[in-house]
Amino acid sequence: MKYLDEYRDSAVASSLIKEIARTATRPWVLMEVCGGQTHSIVRYGIDRMIPESIELVHGPGCPVCVTSLEMIDKAHAIASHPDVIFTSFGDMLRVPGSRGDLLTLKSRGADVRVVYSPLDAVQIARDNPGKHVVFFGVGFETTAPANAMSVYRAKLEGVKNYSMLVSHVLVPPAMAAVLNAPDNRVQGFLGPGHVCAVVGYREYESLCDRFHVPIVVTGFEPIDLLEGILMTVRQLEAGRAEVENQYVRAVARDGNGPAIDLISKVFEVADRKWRGVGPIPQSGYQLRDEYRDHDAEKIFEVESIATRESETCISGLILRGARKPSDCPAFGKECTPQRPLGATMVSAEGACAAYYQYGRYLSGRAVAKAAPADESNGKAHP
Amino acid sequence: MCLGIPGEIIAARDENGLRVGSVRFAGITRQVCLQYVPEAAVGDFVVVHVGFAISKIDREEAERSYRILEDLGQTSELTDDQRARIKPS
Amino acid sequence: MASSNGRVIESSGESSPSTPFAQCPLPITDTPEILLGHGSGGKLTSRLVEQIFLPAFRNSALEPLDDQAILTIGNSRIAFTTDSYVITPIFFPGGDIGELAVNGTINDLAMGGAKPLYLSLAFILEEGLPIVDLERIVASARRAADRAGVQIVTGDTKVVGRGSGDKIFINTTGIGLVPPAINLSSRNVRPGDAILLSGTIGDHGVAILSTREGLEFEGALESDTAALHELAGEMLQACPEIHAMRDPTRGGLAATLVEIASRQHLGIEVDETAIPIRDTVRGACEILGLDPILVANEGKLVAFVPEPAAAGVLAAMRRHPFGRDASLIGRVTTEHPDFVILRTPVGGDRVLDLPFGEALPRIC
Repeated sequence: MKYLDEYRDSAVASSLIKEIARTATRPWVLMEVCGGQTHSIVRYGIDRMIPESIELVHGPGCPVCVTSLEMIDKAHAIASHPDVIFTSFGDMLRVPGSRGDLLTLKSRGADVRVVYSPLDAVQIARDNPGKHVVFFGVGFETTAPANAMSVYRAKLEGVKNYSMLVSHVLVPPAMAAVLNAPDNRVQGFLGPGHVCAVVGYREYESLCDRFHVPIVVTGFEPIDLLEGILMTVRQLEAGRAEVENQYVRAVARDGNGPAIDLISKVFEVADRKWRGVGPIPQSGYQLRDEYRDHDAEKIFEVESIATRESETCISGLILRGARKPSDCPAFGKECTPQRPLGATMVSAEGACAAYYQYGRYLSGRAVAKAAPADESNGKAHP
Repeated sequence: MCLGIPGEIIAARDENGLRVGSVRFAGITRQVCLQYVPEAAVGDFVVVHVGFAISKIDREEAERSYRILEDLGQTSELTDDQRARIKPS
Repeated sequence: MASSNGRVIESSGESSPSTPFAQCPLPITDTPEILLGHGSGGKLTSRLVEQIFLPAFRNSALEPLDDQAILTIGNSRIAFTTDSYVITPIFFPGGDIGELAVNGTINDLAMGGAKPLYLSLAFILEEGLPIVDLERIVASARRAADRAGVQIVTGDTKVVGRGSGDKIFINTTGIGLVPPAINLSSRNVRPGDAILLSGTIGDHGVAILSTREGLEFEGALESDTAALHELAGEMLQACPEIHAMRDPTRGGLAATLVEIASRQHLGIEVDETAIPIRDTVRGACEILGLDPILVANEGKLVAFVPEPAAAGVLAAMRRHPFGRDASLIGRVTTEHPDFVILRTPVGGDRVLDLPFGEALPRIC
């Protein structure tokens, strides 16, 4: 597949790893922001191919994981409404709220449907005039253009029975929260490739200046990630702190103009509470007032529900990169994808889910390294 | 959910003022909203996320940056001796 | 961390009463009801078998938990198997539930080295199923049986009320004869064995899912349902000492490999790039976010072959229409017993494990 296969080439990967090994003269801690990047790293075993001195910690780039418990409980309350068809992406179905998840509600008769695109939800609304269709708008900036379009079109076409429960979160405030934490160890970032494809990376320049950390906007395939790591390590070794773009084939500094236009038409920046992290000011989107008729939070009066987080779950620490999934005592035992305690295990992009899917709960107990054919690959982790 | 996959636009049309098209990913074709990539034409590659093209792949940039990676492969085949000389101290 | 000689320190994760945080969470085996995931061929299914069925029915024929039971009756060794088919949709690109039922049952017998002889077919029909659909399915089953030279010798029919079934469920049993010199069982798998895969993976699961999801395809994307007894026969001719064969259905190639590794306490190494896969299947998996190694097949087999015979068996496979894309994908090893390690396309590695959950319900 073009623009995928070349970025999975083992010879190129090998050269990059050698180059990283040559370049790194001391230990560095890097964070990849996006859940899709975490997934790719674990799936290809990248973190175990690079020199041991480079540590990758996983960031809060899983929008499902960071959706606040209150918001999840609100979603469940709305979904339980008999006249509602509740639609969302597949991930959200199994995210645990205070009491159960959407899948449980579905098995008890709630009309909960998985859609691939928010436009599908608008179509469901057109097809079911007697019901109200709510779409759970969870995501980072990457998904904002799609969500904005659905609300914009619904209003334009007079689809009155469509509304969105918005839970958009923004990456730069999340990165700032990571960097501001007293126990932060992250020295450089692999920036979120698809978020930046949409909104560009100008905003990351001020983060760079403020915190003096290199940020390399990186793609998702193994070669992208390795190149991003190399570029970040080069900056760190040279004492530089700039925004660079590794994902040049898809990302421009100013982002996608038409997408940014429509996002600003439909959404405005607002404060948001992040699960596991707490409230972060100006860290999310909400619908503008002119779209209030399509704002599920305004349409459905949901009384504040007393929320109950699992005491065992350390999702919060994992989302800040302060712990790894394998550090959690519940990982793979009490907490599995089948019975998740927290969001990082439920979402396909959560670090815990990625670790679990690719057997990391086993690999601490197995010999995880099949002997590499070429020893000069650079030392790899056990 | 956050999957952004590159695919080739094989057809495009206007549907109620919205630009949509067929995008092919290795033999699978899906309908994709092309409203956000007005500059992308049939034959171009786009990154698709939840049914929307969010970016047009810049072929030249892709080729240029990939060539740099391939060149890296040439230099990394240095002898230990040569490598030692290049590496600082 | 593992010790340097590769011995496993702990066995694969089961809930342990001594974990420090036991105050809050629920033990993972404690599901009071059957979940859809129990049918996925993954961890939950294994658990059901090991915790409920095996203890209740335990005997020496059941113990190996192979695809079939080999019974000695008089001077003959008879392979005996049973299967149920609950696939939806019942008509799909490349076949239907009738053909699937016959081929699948034949394959379970063939994996024991048996020549398949007789099948039974029991139908559970939902009130309202169009008779023309039933006729189509029955004709399909008949054709599959004829192609394979087996006879449907007994059957049963039940009807349940509208809403109490889903159009049609089919249960089968199959009987075959195992030739004297042949002895296939997962218990025979040994370190050093070559692992041979007969062809492309994921075809069946992707064909089904694409129908459900309404994906459009250019070119053929069909279920690979096929009866593999002749292919198996050719392979055994080339090497009668083949140790084991399995047909990886639900749970994909992963389920087969993980099961063998964990039950026989052996390590398995597989090179991902050696696993054949069609472009369209790969594309569909990328879009749908599926790992092809977990996706169901219905016309493929995996063989564990003593190393010296591997080249000969591979050649025999490639001569057969159902083995044209056969490939040597890995080895059995003494390293990392219980675990399957995949070498990834970029040269890294990952441990293969089965999901709990239900990626593709009712896939066969």
